[in-house]
Amino acid sequence: MKVIFAGLTGLVFGIGIALSGMMNPAKVLNFFDVAGQWDASLAFVMGGALIVTALGYRLVWRRSKPVFEDQFQIPGSARIDRKLLGGSALFGIGWGIAGFCPGAALPALGTGRWEVVLFVVAVIVGLVLRRVLDNLWPARVPQ
Amino acid sequence: METAFTPFASFGGGLVIGFGAVLLMLGLGRILGATGIMSGLVLPQNRSEAAWRGALVVGMIAAPGVIFLVSGSMPQVDVPVSPAMIAIGGVIVGLGASLGSGCTSGHGVCGLSRLSIRSLVAVPTFMATAAITVFIIRHVFGG
Repeated sequence: MKVIFAGLTGLVFGIGIALSGMMNPAKVLNFFDVAGQWDASLAFVMGGALIVTALGYRLVWRRSKPVFEDQFQIPGSARIDRKLLGGSALFGIGWGIAGFCPGAALPALGTGRWEVVLFVVAVIVGLVLRRVLDNLWPARVPQ
Repeated sequence: METAFTPFASFGGGLVIGFGAVLLMLGLGRILGATGIMSGLVLPQNRSEAAWRGALVVGMIAAPGVIFLVSGSMPQVDVPVSPAMIAIGGVIVGLGASLGSGCTSGHGVCGLSRLSIRSLVAVPTFMATAAITVFIIRHVFGG
């Protein structure tokens, strides 16, 4: 049941991504191109998603636990460090170069476009690279 | 490449994205972060987590097909950048989102909606660097 539920959740999320225009790099890049062909649509994606999530999370957290697990697993860290800042800054640079982000690219794989496959493979290379860097310079504070 | 301003479709898509995030919290008690889900599949630290993550991704990938069945057309994917930029951007996205512990879905939707301090720092950081990157590519280099 848990796995089927996760699959349906992915389907809902993916349909939202497709309807919103997030899986279209031309739209994403134009959102950031305030000085050029600005397309403000993606601000509406964020607005819609935040309204539902902010309200929905609060409703869900009235439960003592999730339906298929024993407890909620919510990141509790409040640590603002160079890793968070530098990592986020890098992520934005990559997003601005390619026009895809991971949450948009995964559902976009279903369109069968080779560009999406190339992007997802490149992201995986980036994830592996992070692991390699971690092994070369182990963190003093374990994650 | 000009794109049409689509406030209603984007807002509606955003609502559905938020609904997906709330479903995952309700069912599995997890944040819906695409980078974390990919990372958990590619570099698994806990095998028992792979099943639901895999199902979630399969559901996401099925979304464009479902949209095609209902509407008769695939979601639009216009890629205005070169394959090299997709590849380079993808690696930077993977590395950055991993170091920064999240991307548009994890920090942007889930983190902001629960007012996570780390997300409140991460999101403006990556939005700013994405906008600066697009500005430099399009208006400084004229790509």
